[in-house]
Amino acid sequence: MGALFTNIEEVVSVILFGIGFTTLMFHKNLLKKIIAFDIMDASVYLFLTAKGYIAGRAAPIVVDGVTDVSAYINPIPSGLVLTGIVVSVSVSAIMLSLTVRLYKRYRTLNIDEIMMKYRSEVLSR
Amino acid sequence: MSFVQNFPFFSIIIAMFSGIISSVLPAKAARRLCTAMITAVVIMSGCLLIFTVRTGESFNYMMGHFPAPWGNEIRAGVLEAAMALFFSVIMLFSIISGLGQIKEEIESTKQSLYFVMVNLLLSSLLALIYTNDIFTAYVFVEINTIAACGLIMVRQNGHAIVAAVRYMVMSLIGSGMLLLGIILMYDLTGQLLIEYIRDEVEILAASGQYTVPLTVSIALMGIGLSIKSALFPFSTWVPDAYGYSITPSASILSSLVSKGYIFLLLKIIIRMIGFDVIKDTKITVIFFVYGVLGMIIGSVNAIRETEIRRMVAFSSIAQIGYIYMGFGLGVEAGIIASVFHILSHAATKSLLFISSSALIKVSGDSKKFKDLRGSGRRNVLAGVTFTVGSLSMVGIPLLSGFVSKLLFAEASFRSDTLTMVITLFALAVSTLLNVIYFLRTVITIYMPQDSCPLSGSGVLTKAKNPPVFAAVCVALIALNLFLGMMSEPIVNLIKSGLSMFG
Repeated sequence: MGALFTNIEEVVSVILFGIGFTTLMFHKNLLKKIIAFDIMDASVYLFLTAKGYIAGRAAPIVVDGVTDVSAYINPIPSGLVLTGIVVSVSVSAIMLSLTVRLYKRYRTLNIDEIMMKYRSEVLSR
Repeated sequence: MSFVQNFPFFSIIIAMFSGIISSVLPAKAARRLCTAMITAVVIMSGCLLIFTVRTGESFNYMMGHFPAPWGNEIRAGVLEAAMALFFSVIMLFSIISGLGQIKEEIESTKQSLYFVMVNLLLSSLLALIYTNDIFTAYVFVEINTIAACGLIMVRQNGHAIVAAVRYMVMSLIGSGMLLLGIILMYDLTGQLLIEYIRDEVEILAASGQYTVPLTVSIALMGIGLSIKSALFPFSTWVPDAYGYSITPSASILSSLVSKGYIFLLLKIIIRMIGFDVIKDTKITVIFFVYGVLGMIIGSVNAIRETEIRRMVAFSSIAQIGYIYMGFGLGVEAGIIASVFHILSHAATKSLLFISSSALIKVSGDSKKFKDLRGSGRRNVLAGVTFTVGSLSMVGIPLLSGFVSKLLFAEASFRSDTLTMVITLFALAVSTLLNVIYFLRTVITIYMPQDSCPLSGSGVLTKAKNPPVFAAVCVALIALNLFLGMMSEPIVNLIKSGLSMFG
């Protein structure tokens, strides 16, 4: 149990991942699905940042002439987080544009209703 | 360093830049640029294949100016070069045979955007094949997903958009899991380059430390990629996505996009983690079980289908099941069989999609089986092509499907008895089911046509095959026969490729 409280960032990120994942799987509202995807990705980035941080060290930008490695944290996780954020922004954008299209056609954001209307379209063909 | 060693990088970068340039070009120029680019990639991959076969070893190519443990890398060997050559050839065939449909079905202002997606898709597939850095692989997985989604939604009707949304939701779940798996692996090993991860994983496995996080990470990556490549329980989006998109899209999606993810998974299994560690985590058992289930259930669903395109799509689910079953056998021969099946399925499935769309066209644009009667006589070439594809899927000797089934059966003998029995039984049942739905379709397209009217408003027409279409059909039949009859050298090539791949 003690490990849960010392690794608070990791625990929070796993809980967030679970929330995002289950909402993405089971929620009916398309917009909430997209928000859930963003939560899921953000939780992974939180996990990565938490893992990349070493207490008491600074970001690896040399300002006061200290070049000793032990003064700084590893810059790679931060770089990965930035790359990941760019990726998830573009994926959210494409999902939002698809949702706009679907709403214009079916006038609802509920995926079940969309599927019902869609099935009746398929059958009526 | 030889000049040829630059080719993997060149082929990725020209595909990507022609994607960027296409977005401002008029449709006709974008089309020409796209075909020219794919042809260039075919030629470069061919040169690379010859080069790697001659030197007999794979090479690492440094990206940027940072050496190995820090910088980004490309790695190419025989297997990578062969896959790149094969993928770009199938892509070229799918695009040039579908140019007519692209012109007809996509608004002229949006056509160049379609080619943007095709170019980006090829660049991300090549990057997935060549990259040696796991985070780069993740970024290109997402690019691949977005481009594939664009290919599905390009036909602007309700079906295509619903299909695209379903595809995106499943894909996002998959890539979320993949990302978490990669991050856990980075956390455990502190490396992003695949070979360095391998060293650390070996140390971890030998010392027995962090077994649970390691297993979780492998499971997340494996399941994430199997969701994205449509392994059975996660394959609900497949029939809509393949069935309602335009033909070149369906052919590219089923033969290439899912195979790109499988190739990345193969890279993770063999090069990044090592096959022995993977077997210890028992994730191969999961692949095996769901692969076998997919083989059977995909085929059963295909039998119940009433539309030809959706039937071919369901058959894809069954074929993906074969590939995962090969991974799950837990022996080297199973991997070889799976890699062969990736090639065989890519060649056959693109052939089936291309020929079935020609059959649909001469039947008043109806996909229903009852309207397709006699379509094989109205378009002789498409009928013959579809028949060859069907026979290959069933596994008639001389065609590629037979060889892959034979390889799977042979590989199963090297596994334990229970696995062997299940594999042979599943192969037998699946072949029988394939016979039912594919031969039923072949018989349908050659039946005398019905006097009753068509269900839609279309009319039956005689075929006018453009020469490009005819050439593609003949080339794909030849490719299928080549894979079926010259299987020995190809299997040897895969073997040598795998030995330098690991």
